[in-house]
Amino acid sequence: MILSSPTRTTAATVAPWVAVAAVVVLAALSLAVGVADVSLAQLFTDPDGQTLLLLSRWPRTAALVLAGAALAISGLIMQQLTRNRFVAPSTAGTVDAATLGVLVSLILFASAPVMGKVLISTAFALAGTAVFVILIQRVQFKDVVFVPLMGLLLGGVYRAIAEFFAYRENLTQSLGTWMNGDFSGVIQGRYETLWLAGAAAVVAYAFAHQFAAAGMGRDFATGIGVNVRRVTAIGLSIASFTTAVVVVTVGAIPFLGLIVPNLVTMAIGDNLRRALPVTALAGAALTLGCDTLARVLILPYEIPVGSIVGVLGAVVFAALVLRKGNRYVTA
Amino acid sequence: MIAVDGLTKSYGTATVVDGVSLTLPDAGVTSIIGPNGAGKSTLLSMVSRILGPDAGTASVDGVDVFSASGREVAKRLSVLRQDTHMTARITVRELVEFGRFPHSGGRLTPDCRASVTSALSYCDLDHLAHRGLHELSGGQRQRAFVAMVLAQDTRYVLLDEPLNNLDMAHATGVMRLLRRLADERDKSIVLVLHDINYASAHSDRIIAMRDGAVVADGAPAEVITPEALEDVYGMPFTVHRLGDDLVASYFR
Ligand SMILES: Nc1ncnc2c1ncn2[C@@H]1O[C@H](COP(=O)(O)OP(=O)(O)OP(=O)(O)O)[C@@H](O)[C@H]1O
Ligand SMILES: [Mg+2]
Repeated sequence: MILSSPTRTTAATVAPWVAVAAVVVLAALSLAVGVADVSLAQLFTDPDGQTLLLLSRWPRTAALVLAGAALAISGLIMQQLTRNRFVAPSTAGTVDAATLGVLVSLILFASAPVMGKVLISTAFALAGTAVFVILIQRVQFKDVVFVPLMGLLLGGVYRAIAEFFAYRENLTQSLGTWMNGDFSGVIQGRYETLWLAGAAAVVAYAFAHQFAAAGMGRDFATGIGVNVRRVTAIGLSIASFTTAVVVVTVGAIPFLGLIVPNLVTMAIGDNLRRALPVTALAGAALTLGCDTLARVLILPYEIPVGSIVGVLGAVVFAALVLRKGNRYVTA
Repeated sequence: MIAVDGLTKSYGTATVVDGVSLTLPDAGVTSIIGPNGAGKSTLLSMVSRILGPDAGTASVDGVDVFSASGREVAKRLSVLRQDTHMTARITVRELVEFGRFPHSGGRLTPDCRASVTSALSYCDLDHLAHRGLHELSGGQRQRAFVAMVLAQDTRYVLLDEPLNNLDMAHATGVMRLLRRLADERDKSIVLVLHDINYASAHSDRIIAMRDGAVVADGAPAEVITPEALEDVYGMPFTVHRLGDDLVASYFR
């Protein structure tokens, strides 16, 4: 017992640097890997290399970093605000609702600009997540695993509705791309909206203390003068917006928002101001790593990164649920 | 001054706090005693606006607790709840830092750090500051929560059974500490106690509740009497004078 606190402190001190290093190395790797055989040096010196870098490699790498960081942070915020470690965009109906939103925007306003799609999708994601939060607040029996199961069920309902309309409008294929992230189509001019998710992450950091206080419980937060209702609304809006941006631009990466925050807080504790940047970096690193893997596994073809993270995520999720003496399952 | 007027709370047909009106002074130690279910926690929760009342008002130094901004109230009044169950994996120091929230909005100033450190040492927690909350004994955790309330540094401090889980040495330590806060820093400490002898030894005033109402209210000498105590708890007491203390005996 006594040993575990120095370890925690050490982990907390080195974690940010490890995460930064991982992102740098994996980003370099992501820049270097591709169908065209170009070295990292050539990318910066050779004129053709520079074009490739600017048009394709850099946008893809930036998109991976932004989407990974954004989804991981959304998960962390949602876990904090619902006080449940298994709540994330993919287990609270947020992704499914966002997808339904894009679909609706596409059906109603076929030529809506990207921002229009993002806003409609955000509105759906927020409403869908709010339904989830209200539901779990009403439920007396707040079992830790039961809560996300309810979210998955609710998400299933949203998806069924989306599938119904997608089928009628011949959009089932698009539905797949929104649900399962794929970065192969990312080139200059097709990913920039993701910077908005990056901006949202910065806003989230400004609210980290408030989220942390709200995460301590309503009574606790009230005692120190925090308006939990307001903070929850802000946090869920940020998470919904980020999720919508990612869904619209590259497609959701299932389970990312679930596993990354859990692994990070397990290592360095729940101090949100510290956990938030590390979670963002770890989310970026994981996405970069999985995408690079997705590109080299069956060269010259690609596997969608969502599939790789999804498999990994399902395994980690199961391990978290089954982990013996898991504090959050018993707590 | 905390002014409570006609506070009422019902659950279904049961009225658990029934039109309680009180004023609590702006300094000193006030203990609230009474049997299980008397409504002590419910009253305290309403005064600290954790629970909305069905009727009545409560104000702290003229600030209405139910309509003022949460932060304004939290600068004047801090609260330690009876149930401090917590799942977050944070350290003792991080918990105590939450006490500074109403003052700094979470960004700690050097002043904040100083009061966190002094609250920690007041509660004899220096050596545990970096320990995770979940790695503490029940009594150590209780002291960490007391330290957090101290760091909040409000004029009014409401504590619901702060002696929960404490051994005699630490219970006496906490009571002395609260007494010292009242004497040296002019704070008003309002606490729920089950140990009437601690209430007797350390309070300026004792309020006794039963069935949602105040049934006795006065200096220890007025409340720690066989008649008053029997009326509150419905069992016989004998009261002895030991030195300066009035000691109630009820063990046999
Ligand atoms: N949420 C609730 N729903 C229904 N009844 C409640 C609720 N909370 C409290 N009560 C009832 O209100 C009464 C007063 O409860 P309260 O917690 O205020 O008592 P207390 O004086 O603090 O008791 P204790 O000494 O056991 O802490 C009790 O009879 C309790 O059963
Ligand atoms: Mg109580």
